[in-house]
Amino acid sequence: MYKYVIKRLLLTIPVLLGVTFIVFTIMALTPGDPGRLILGQTARQEAVDQLNHELGYDQPFFTRFFNYIKDIVTKFDFGVSYRTQQPVFDEIWARFPFTLRLAVFSIIFSSLIGVSLGILSAVKQYTFIDTFSTVMAMFFAAIPGFWLGMMLIYFFAYKIPLFPTNGADSWDGYVLPIITMTLGGAASLLRLTRSTMLETIRADYIRTARAKGASQKIVIWRHALKNALLPIITVLGMQFGGLLGGAVITETVFAIPGLGMHIVTAIRQKDVPVVMSGTLFLAALFCIIMLLVDLLYAFIDPRIRAKYSR
Amino acid sequence: MSERLLEIHDLEVIYKTGLETVYAVNKINLSLDKGKTLGLVGETGAGKTTTALAILALLPERTAHVKGEIIFDGQDLLKLKEYELREIRGEKISMIFQDPMTSLNPILTVGSQISEALMLHNDQNRSKEEIEARVEEVLEMVGIPAFRKKDYPHQFSGGMKQRVVIAIALACEPELLIADEPTTALDVTIQAQVLAMMNELRERLQTSMIMITHDLGIVAQTCDDVAVMYAGEIIEYGTAIDVFTGDKHHPYTVGLFGSIPNLEVDSPRLSPIEGLMPDPTDLPQGCKFSPRCPKCMDICREVPPTDYVEGGHRICCHLFNKEGTK
Amino acid sequence: MSNAAAAKTQSRKKSKKNSQLKEVWRRFRKNKSAMVGLVILVIFALAAIFADLIVPYERAIEQNGSVRLQGPSSEHWFGTDAFGRDTFARIIHGSRVSLSIGFAAVGISLIIGGFLGAAAGYYGGRTDNIIMRIMDVFTCVPGILLALAIVAALGSSMTNLLIAITIANIPGFVRLVRSSILTVVENDFIEAARSYGAKDFRIIVKYILPNAMGPIIVQATMGIAGMILSASGLSYMGMGIQPPRPEWGAMLSEAKDYMRTAPYLLLFPGFAILISALCFNLVGDGLRDALDPKLKD
Repeated sequence: MYKYVIKRLLLTIPVLLGVTFIVFTIMALTPGDPGRLILGQTARQEAVDQLNHELGYDQPFFTRFFNYIKDIVTKFDFGVSYRTQQPVFDEIWARFPFTLRLAVFSIIFSSLIGVSLGILSAVKQYTFIDTFSTVMAMFFAAIPGFWLGMMLIYFFAYKIPLFPTNGADSWDGYVLPIITMTLGGAASLLRLTRSTMLETIRADYIRTARAKGASQKIVIWRHALKNALLPIITVLGMQFGGLLGGAVITETVFAIPGLGMHIVTAIRQKDVPVVMSGTLFLAALFCIIMLLVDLLYAFIDPRIRAKYSR
Repeated sequence: MSERLLEIHDLEVIYKTGLETVYAVNKINLSLDKGKTLGLVGETGAGKTTTALAILALLPERTAHVKGEIIFDGQDLLKLKEYELREIRGEKISMIFQDPMTSLNPILTVGSQISEALMLHNDQNRSKEEIEARVEEVLEMVGIPAFRKKDYPHQFSGGMKQRVVIAIALACEPELLIADEPTTALDVTIQAQVLAMMNELRERLQTSMIMITHDLGIVAQTCDDVAVMYAGEIIEYGTAIDVFTGDKHHPYTVGLFGSIPNLEVDSPRLSPIEGLMPDPTDLPQGCKFSPRCPKCMDICREVPPTDYVEGGHRICCHLFNKEGTK
Repeated sequence: MSNAAAAKTQSRKKSKKNSQLKEVWRRFRKNKSAMVGLVILVIFALAAIFADLIVPYERAIEQNGSVRLQGPSSEHWFGTDAFGRDTFARIIHGSRVSLSIGFAAVGISLIIGGFLGAAAGYYGGRTDNIIMRIMDVFTCVPGILLALAIVAALGSSMTNLLIAITIANIPGFVRLVRSSILTVVENDFIEAARSYGAKDFRIIVKYILPNAMGPIIVQATMGIAGMILSASGLSYMGMGIQPPRPEWGAMLSEAKDYMRTAPYLLLFPGFAILISALCFNLVGDGLRDALDPKLKD
């Protein structure tokens, strides 16, 4: 098992290198240069060129890329923001808690709602509760998150002023954004849970369990759910990773100064070091989450456990 | 005369889905005495498994419509409530399923899957240790070393998995064991081992059994009575001796026997039954076998035949019943 | 087998493909919600194609200070926006952008993803490993950020928006095609085709793809819904279609500033996105049930 974890951790290195390369390439294609960005529109061209030279921006693409990697590997230096001249991780650490709070609460609520209603509607297939929850899931899966957010603001901040329209200065600023992010996630989890549960319930070993005289409760909780859990936790992991990175739009709607907003602002301003380190940070988080998901798999399924320890 | 254990009257199973109606089992009658084995023979899709699942009330509730009577130990199983059925399933009637590869829960140890049956029917108030001891005993009984109870299904071969399935079925020493093609998925050598083991266990425990199979060799080895099913009907029913050696047979039974090689008679080639089983959503009028029957008469296409009875031997065919239908 | 029976099987084989499609259609038609979805989508598609006949494009882009921010009326069914443009016209013409981006993005990612996924699933081993590791890289970067960065690099335009969401969605399709192909490759008839020397390409096109098609079609249909949602999201962030061209997401972005005074501006574009995405999902669900009826009961 240790071997497997170490192998997987080593495997994330080429993946993160790939991420670095792709984002670096995209940023290099983006028009604009750091000298102009730092010195502003009014600066003289010579001063801009001079600064670009100091930053190594006049060197060829691959030289710049290798220098970037070299600084990370040898000095653990991710650079300073072109805009603020601060080390990039200072800002990331300041912004990340906002995003993390949103993502953690949304994933908790959406899995509670999505998985439990999914199980319920699979077990009570074709009853009212099944129809009701699948119809609701259908709707919420098709609602654009930013529109839902705006509608929530309209109804619960303007019409009935329960919550602030934006910002995250106190806990109540989080309520609407978390609802926004929860509903979409819960909808897709409900649909997935329902269909995997339905598939599992039809399995031969479920019939074996029922033939033993097991009650519906035992059949569902002991036999079906554990087997259906595998695809569900994969999607949960991916959703959590997606929420961390994809909170951008919700953060924009509610003007929450999260990591996503930070990166988007940096993309617009071509603040390369910030974009690079921000995406790398999120990608690394994603890799770790998926590794945890795979370990959870092994915990649940002995076949996978056997594969890992080989 | 021995005691009746199971009696089925006019059992009918119809699957109704939004798209089609499948007539899977059409008014069959069966009976089984204590300690005896009944063979249920027929092609794939003849309704054998559906009959078995109907006895255990394991058919999908929403789509399967079951009518008739299934009298087990004096009570009609079709009239029982779900919780009463749970008392019977696994304890009094248990089932061995066709495919050992998929019949075991992949994420539970085989030991816990056996002990589950024991815990669900723990009338003797066995302690945890006693149940574990029984699990080991059952495993040894089916020829698996007791220490393997901590292993998971994927660590066993197909034949060994089927032994586990059999161990689950026998754990509570049921009065009736339904074996649904227990050896079909296994290699021939393993088949023989598993069959021999089942025979031995059955004799030792005095369990009645319904053996579902399409293999006439297995029937000859294990069964006292035989029911031949075709398109959801029992078309011939009698003792193994009646069906294997009697001089009157349903043309389908004759065809079934013609489809297996006989080493004693020097026949040039096998004679399979032509055509396919009728579509269960659209069964032919009259005799269901008439479209394929080599001895088909005009009456067969229009009027469903009734049983011709000779002692305990029943044949559902117009050939022997000409006088009765005039 | 008798001659008559042999002839029958022969003709049955010929019409098999045809009757399979008919059977799928027959089952699909029985699914009410899927049919409703399909009908609405057809109406949307017709509205997009004949947009100019329904309401002239000028009404969607011409600014008119005298009719700013008016509520729905007989003159302006869905009201007017802050520039006096007719919201109904903007929604009708906006459907062109959303639907064509949805279809095009799914089409392109299906072709590229299908090709890579088929290669990975069929050849396995090294090919599989390389392709899938590259896909891992793309999956690690949050899709929306990747798409935003691509649009920022290439400039805001409909084509670049299309490129961005296509790239962000390819890994999903590669995974899907690969896994559907893997389940088919294990079948004996593939082994049989190989044993009599059929070429790889022929095996993939003739035996594997038709048998792996079901889940791919379903996912593609639902993918269109996802693409419409992502495209409108990017436009909402101001990284997509540029004004004055009408686009649903961009319309919502503009509506944000007038939320208090003109909430109807919020309503209609949102419903347009919701309904089109919902209908693609409904049709996808219906297709899944029709293609694989055993999943239903």
